[in-house]
Amino acid sequence: MNAPALPGTLNDNPVLDRWVSFPAPGKVTVNTGRVELGQGVLTAMQQVATDELYVSMARVTVHSGDTVRAPNEGYTAGSQSIQTGAVAMRQACADVRALFLAQAAAIIGCKPDELSVRDGSILHNGASTGQDYWTLAGAIDLTAKATGSGARKAVADFTSIGQSSARLDLPPKIFGDAIFIHDMKLDGMVHARVVRQPNRGATIGTIDEAAIKRAAKGPVDLVRNGNFLAIVGSNETAVDLAGAAAVNHVAWQNVEAPTPLQQEAYWLLQRPTVDRVLGSPEPSDSQGRQRFEATFTRGFVAHASISPSCGLALFKDGQMTVWTHCQGVFPLRAALARTLKLEPSAIIVHHVQGSGCYGHNGADDAAADAAIIAMQKPGTPVRVRWRREEEFVYEPKSPSMVVKVRALLDDAGKPADWTQEIWSGNHNGRPGGGSSLLGEEALPGYTPPPPPNEVPEAAGGGATRNAEPLYDIPEKRIVHHKIVEQPVRVSALRGLGATANVFALECCIDELAERAGQDPVAYRLSITSDPRARAVIEKAAAMANWQPGPPNGGEGHGRGVAFARYKNKAAYCAVVVDLDVDEEIRLNNVWCATDGGLIVSPDGALNQLEGGIIQAASWVLKEQVRFDNDAPTGPSAFDWETYPVLKFSEVPEITIALLNTKDEVPLGIGEVAGGPVAAAIGNAVSHALGVRIRDLPLTRERIAATLLKE
Amino acid sequence: MTQQYQFSVNGKAVSVSLDNEATPLLDVLRNELGLMGTRFGCGLEQCGCCMVLIDGAPVKSCSREISTLAGKTITTVEGLGTPERPHPLQQAFLDEQAGQCGYCLAGILISAKALLEKNPSPTRKEIALALDGNICRCGSHNRIMRAVEKAATVMRGAKS
Repeated sequence: MNAPALPGTLNDNPVLDRWVSFPAPGKVTVNTGRVELGQGVLTAMQQVATDELYVSMARVTVHSGDTVRAPNEGYTAGSQSIQTGAVAMRQACADVRALFLAQAAAIIGCKPDELSVRDGSILHNGASTGQDYWTLAGAIDLTAKATGSGARKAVADFTSIGQSSARLDLPPKIFGDAIFIHDMKLDGMVHARVVRQPNRGATIGTIDEAAIKRAAKGPVDLVRNGNFLAIVGSNETAVDLAGAAAVNHVAWQNVEAPTPLQQEAYWLLQRPTVDRVLGSPEPSDSQGRQRFEATFTRGFVAHASISPSCGLALFKDGQMTVWTHCQGVFPLRAALARTLKLEPSAIIVHHVQGSGCYGHNGADDAAADAAIIAMQKPGTPVRVRWRREEEFVYEPKSPSMVVKVRALLDDAGKPADWTQEIWSGNHNGRPGGGSSLLGEEALPGYTPPPPPNEVPEAAGGGATRNAEPLYDIPEKRIVHHKIVEQPVRVSALRGLGATANVFALECCIDELAERAGQDPVAYRLSITSDPRARAVIEKAAAMANWQPGPPNGGEGHGRGVAFARYKNKAAYCAVVVDLDVDEEIRLNNVWCATDGGLIVSPDGALNQLEGGIIQAASWVLKEQVRFDNDAPTGPSAFDWETYPVLKFSEVPEITIALLNTKDEVPLGIGEVAGGPVAAAIGNAVSHALGVRIRDLPLTRERIAATLLKE
Repeated sequence: MTQQYQFSVNGKAVSVSLDNEATPLLDVLRNELGLMGTRFGCGLEQCGCCMVLIDGAPVKSCSREISTLAGKTITTVEGLGTPERPHPLQQAFLDEQAGQCGYCLAGILISAKALLEKNPSPTRKEIALALDGNICRCGSHNRIMRAVEKAATVMRGAKS
């Protein structure tokens, strides 16, 4: 008989000492495979351990993200850290506590259930036993596997979970400590900048080494391996100057740059596709029912992390040690092993904090750059920091998408049959999915791997994420056209396909409500039976003081509502947006109601939701990577002027309500707001202008062009 | 040719010798003086991660050449306060949990300090405009602006 599955990632990492250890009297260390990305996950893990081990918070140290001690939890991504990571931590701690209670009971000669723990001390019927975790630790084998049988604390008894705990990682950031990977200094460290291969297959023609060295105004060396070229030296300023100048002093052959045609999502419709249908086949005719069809698009979007990526590496005595701010140290180790032709056991990867990544940015690639150079400089620590332009041009982009919705309506104007047809590149270009590291492509003998698989539906899908409406629609299906060949590298950005899919789906729902002459909130509720979905929609409408009725159009002021349950299995979220439009959009207010089940840290959840709302507003109002300027190579977004994001003076007031559902399992909330915000803005703009814009971003130029056409 | 440069950082006189007179102040702070709180973001004076005060005025240090700084007084985030004695802005940022990844925060704290010295009672709009030279990508804007308002209140109270 198979043992019952353990919760979350504990199933893959059942050995308890991967999670919990007692390193010194009075101290507890918990290890998590999750990494701090500014989302406060380490603080959340500390809260979980505090409750389930029945110790004070100050005793608990959280160790995160290395391949030596931490459990392999894959990527810190997909709003999974609490939903699958914290539940694993919770059970691991509960199992550890149960082992200690059993051991204490054997010593004392009582039943374990007569014992309790208070701040690490074992009590017998409430009285001291003289035993604690640390007196017993030597006798307990934590290399045992989790059984899942340790009793978890009742929700009502939580002292830390459910409280807003001050983030562990914030004080060093506010006092300017050397907390980021960019701030690491190793003895004898050299700095490096890579002279990037413009595209896969491009080869170095000539190198004007003298010109590069002149530009450095200080000593630098060139390191080359095939078409991988880097500037290295001990003075960062000199290396930086040389790195910037080298772009103009290295001539490349076989250069291919993306074209302006490729920047528009409609380009996808002309490309070869790999097709599949999820759900029942589409009916061949509408059987007399009214038909509604609309097409939505979104261009390429950048992660646009505030700091360019950075990586450090040291190759010494056959051992490669890498420091990185990537989201998954174990998948990176596997990709580095392939790139460097080393055994995984010869590579150690440590996570160090970087700036927010919001998905797969240049972090893995910068680490690989450092490791490739370090292989050629054994014994010397190498620090690679990308240039700003390098991050914008070479980070993998969120792929452009076309989403076509076809609905057949019943007599009441409600959708009876729903087809969401998607054209998109792959949202999974991570090294763990088999994709190459950027530097790897420039090495001798490089053979491109087969195209990676899209994120499986079981993990929420990639391009198809949230393409299926949660509404009560009798027949639904997704038609997915994958476009493998892309003009730039593409991969995961916060929410993956959900942003474009929810934008399309929820804008259509609004259009259907309008056709039916119904209030958008009431129309949604009329096709929603899931009580938690209804609750967030009703709550957001109440917070916004939503006035029922068909929206009035064309007055320059608009309100819009939208809803989604992230991946149809994580948190529920409804959003109402209030805005004005003249030449451009001015966001006034965003109201958001979210049901994330049990929330570990309410303020942490609010911070994530606020951030998700503002970032999504930025995507929708401003962001598209364009290919139509005179850029040196690749995308013509290369700095904050060619790729502007939302500014302080442009953010809306935000009000968020977390629904009280603490007896439900925790549901990931980090990415839930993106789709609803995009769609609520789209709906509000439509109501403000009296005309619908179905292409993102909703820039000043696009609004002007749309109004001119009317 | 190696030259000596003398100026003041966070109340202390410093002297550095450099070969390249165009070395950016940011590189000097981080690589010569070990002050890592001022961050590199773009090197283009666009993002504000590297903001410092030079004689009290906010300046993006990534492009400010060392040769222009003789005798100047520079303040970095490390000069604002310490965990034991935080500046009211730092305390307010802690209280409001104002930040996510935190990479932009040092520059934002400096911009906010410059604002409050010029305008002790800024409106929300004035705060926003003063911070428009700083980019926050995580979306912590509203918390940050609340924290600046709070610090302004505290600092006005301390003065009255």
